Amino acid sequence: MSALDAGQGRDPHHLGHSRPGRGQGGGAVEEDRGGPAPNRVVVGYGFWLFLLSDIVMFSGFFAAYAVLVGSTAGGPSGRQIFDLNTAAIETVCLLGSSFTCGLATLAVGARMKLKFYGAMATTFLFGALFLGLELHEFAGLIARGYGPQRSAFLSGFFSLVGCHGLHVTAGLLWLLTMMAQVFAKGFRRDVLNRMLCFSLFWHALDIIWVALLTVVYLIGAAP
Amino acid sequence: MLGKLSWSAIPLDQPIPMIASGVVALAILGVLAYVAIRGWVPYLWREWITSVDHKRIGVMYIVLALVMLIRGFADAIMMRSQQALAFHSAGYLPPEHYNQIFSAHGTVMIFFGAMPFIIGLMNFVVPLQLGDRDVAFPTLNSVSFWLTATGALLVNISLVIGEFARTGWLPYPPLSELKYSPGVGVDYYLWAIQISGIGTLLTGVNFVTTILKLRAPGMSYLRMPMFCWTALAANLLIVAAFPILTATLAMLSLDRYLGFHFFTNEAGGNMMMFMNLIWAWGHPEVYILVLPCFGVFSEVISTFSSKPLFGYRSMVIATLFICLVSFMVWLHHFFTMGAGPDVNAVFGIATSVIAVGTGVKIYNWMFTMFGGRIRFTTPMLWSLGFMVTFVIGGMTGVLLAVPPADFVLHNSMFLVAHFHNVIIGGVLFGVFAGYTFWFPKAFGFTLDEAWGKAAFWFTLIGFYATFIPLYAAGLLGMTRRLQHYDIAGWRPWLTWAAIGTAVTAIGVICQITQLVVSIRRREALRDVTGDPWDGRSLEWATASPPPAFNFAVLPDVEGEEAYWTVKQRAREQQQLRDEPEYKDIEAPRNSPTGFVCAFFATVVGFALIWHIWWLAILGLIGAYATFVVFAWRDTSEYVIPAGEVARIDRMNRGARQEALANAGGPRP
Repeated sequence: MSALDAGQGRDPHHLGHSRPGRGQGGGAVEEDRGGPAPNRVVVGYGFWLFLLSDIVMFSGFFAAYAVLVGSTAGGPSGRQIFDLNTAAIETVCLLGSSFTCGLATLAVGARMKLKFYGAMATTFLFGALFLGLELHEFAGLIARGYGPQRSAFLSGFFSLVGCHGLHVTAGLLWLLTMMAQVFAKGFRRDVLNRMLCFSLFWHALDIIWVALLTVVYLIGAAP
Repeated sequence: MLGKLSWSAIPLDQPIPMIASGVVALAILGVLAYVAIRGWVPYLWREWITSVDHKRIGVMYIVLALVMLIRGFADAIMMRSQQALAFHSAGYLPPEHYNQIFSAHGTVMIFFGAMPFIIGLMNFVVPLQLGDRDVAFPTLNSVSFWLTATGALLVNISLVIGEFARTGWLPYPPLSELKYSPGVGVDYYLWAIQISGIGTLLTGVNFVTTILKLRAPGMSYLRMPMFCWTALAANLLIVAAFPILTATLAMLSLDRYLGFHFFTNEAGGNMMMFMNLIWAWGHPEVYILVLPCFGVFSEVISTFSSKPLFGYRSMVIATLFICLVSFMVWLHHFFTMGAGPDVNAVFGIATSVIAVGTGVKIYNWMFTMFGGRIRFTTPMLWSLGFMVTFVIGGMTGVLLAVPPADFVLHNSMFLVAHFHNVIIGGVLFGVFAGYTFWFPKAFGFTLDEAWGKAAFWFTLIGFYATFIPLYAAGLLGMTRRLQHYDIAGWRPWLTWAAIGTAVTAIGVICQITQLVVSIRRREALRDVTGDPWDGRSLEWATASPPPAFNFAVLPDVEGEEAYWTVKQRAREQQQLRDEPEYKDIEAPRNSPTGFVCAFFATVVGFALIWHIWWLAILGLIGAYATFVVFAWRDTSEYVIPAGEVARIDRMNRGARQEALANAGGPRP
């Protein structure tokens, strides 16, 4: 303990962080102080952890799909049912919605309500278009008798893609709630925090979609 | 209109469940009526049900856990007595009922006994040890608790309305598929665990954030008390493992509700995928339970040996080692799957390697005691009982980790004895140690030592008398979950096990008596200073029970054992630190969000179990509306004025100054 006492000025808690030559300014003291993080950091960090857990859940569905992909039980395989054109349009919709969601975040930063509504509405439209295409694909498959009850492969496919679709649906509901809240409450501190979480959520859905597009559609449709 | 629900769901023709649930229902109604007559409802609503204070939520978790432990123990008594009687006869429990009992026993004990107890202790202790005012997300914490309570409620509703699963505590397909379990039992299991699992996941997120982002100034990672480290490890495991459980049970639900083919025998389903997925969650789960208990033992042994924890850093490393390796051993739960010698060897070795981390801990605890001035209080007795018992359980575990031996012992009573040996010896002893250790912090008076010691000895002897015979029965070839049997050689062992359970029951009664006696003698047992055990970490630096804001000013941490350093200085100088400058404190407002949300979760769960689709949709809309109402509120905090903070803090300072004057100089 006594060896550390020398540095007490810059290191009030004897953390041993203030290495020599790291500057004598007051900034170092502030940095070494530690203590609870600001609210916005805590909220963002906690939500990231939640998203990580969500990604773990998806990995469960990915693993199940990978195990069952060959178990077609006499039904169709991926190559026979996947339409890469639809998947491409879906990808464009979702990536586009992520871009407009980024614009909405910028509008929040600049506290410009009109731009915020515009960007969020565009995000909603892209998201809804994505969802519509996905539902259309599902409906088509079921109509041809290739529903999830047909084979274990189709069970895995419908669950994995459907789980992502459910997330998008929840995201759209959240998006509308967010717009209503900004309309009612303005850019309040807790609203800003929620907007941070929403944008993290929406971008995470993109990450999952990229994995999904690769593992399910691109690999599945490959000859 | 009501889906599958009809009057025939209530088992009026079966006396045992009807009488049992009738007694329970009468007890609950009696308590509710008493509370209502005494006019306590507004108090309970204001101070407990809507509370977002981590200490209150922790206490509620532990109350739930204690009640559920008794429920699970009642199942245990029935199983042990059934097997003691059912030699060449059918016993008194019909097979379909017996199967529900062992399924409910495991489910209740793990999910609603052990888990809430552990989470309750973490809730109460972690923010205090870190020098915090609360967890990162207080309202979310309340939601977590009430969702856990929802799960417990659904499991207990199944006693009266319908049935519970007959598939064991993990619903292995294809038995749990609709074809072989057409009733609502498995559905009760699925929705109870899904709903409480969401609560647990949110707890995990909450606590990882709290421990990593909210610590008192100067509380660096390597200054955190051991309990915080183990809580961090356990919550990291929750965040990483519970989503796998959610996904797996969702797949089984899709099989059962919509005719999917994840785990069925037909159309390419793969039942072994269920075993892999469920144990990828299930094995980390046992470390989620036991790691915080290791933390409790570390705190207790160090405090009552009056020494710092030996090998603190090696303890941290061992904890994180166990945390990591626990994800790499799941296959040892089904060596008999036929994965081949190479795969089995890898998992067998990985399993044995975990014993290294645990061994480090055992030695650290022994060296902590070595040369210390040991006080044999109740928490210390539980810790010593743990060290002996857990080593035996660990050794039988290493035995089971050897694949050839496992092929013989798999699914036998030897396995049952092994996991009870580690779960009772590790988790149950751990939570009881924590319960007696932190009880004075929560309520301001210590628990009666005589009854506590009696509870310990009866539980310990009862445990050995129950499970050592079951090891023997297992070695004689007895498989688990037998409703009746014809082998004469097993009978004496099962009789001894039943006697052992009776001894354990005396331990349970002592434990309840201890609580009642302590409440009646609370004035004599009062903890005036807030530091009844001569503690070493920050929770003992504040009053017992702590004020709503925990600490009048956030503590300044200047080394390991944050409070011990301060206390030693005070003893040397014969005075407390100078009175701090008191400021207004913002505290989170109470919110009924958690309770209301859990109400709707109960509605949704019940509706899905009985296929009442419109009710499920209504419940979901209600839950969404609850969140919107919460998000729309304008004030989320209230202010505790500086004067009030000063008044509360000065009372505790006065008591401590007086104790300091009486106690004399510093301790060695």
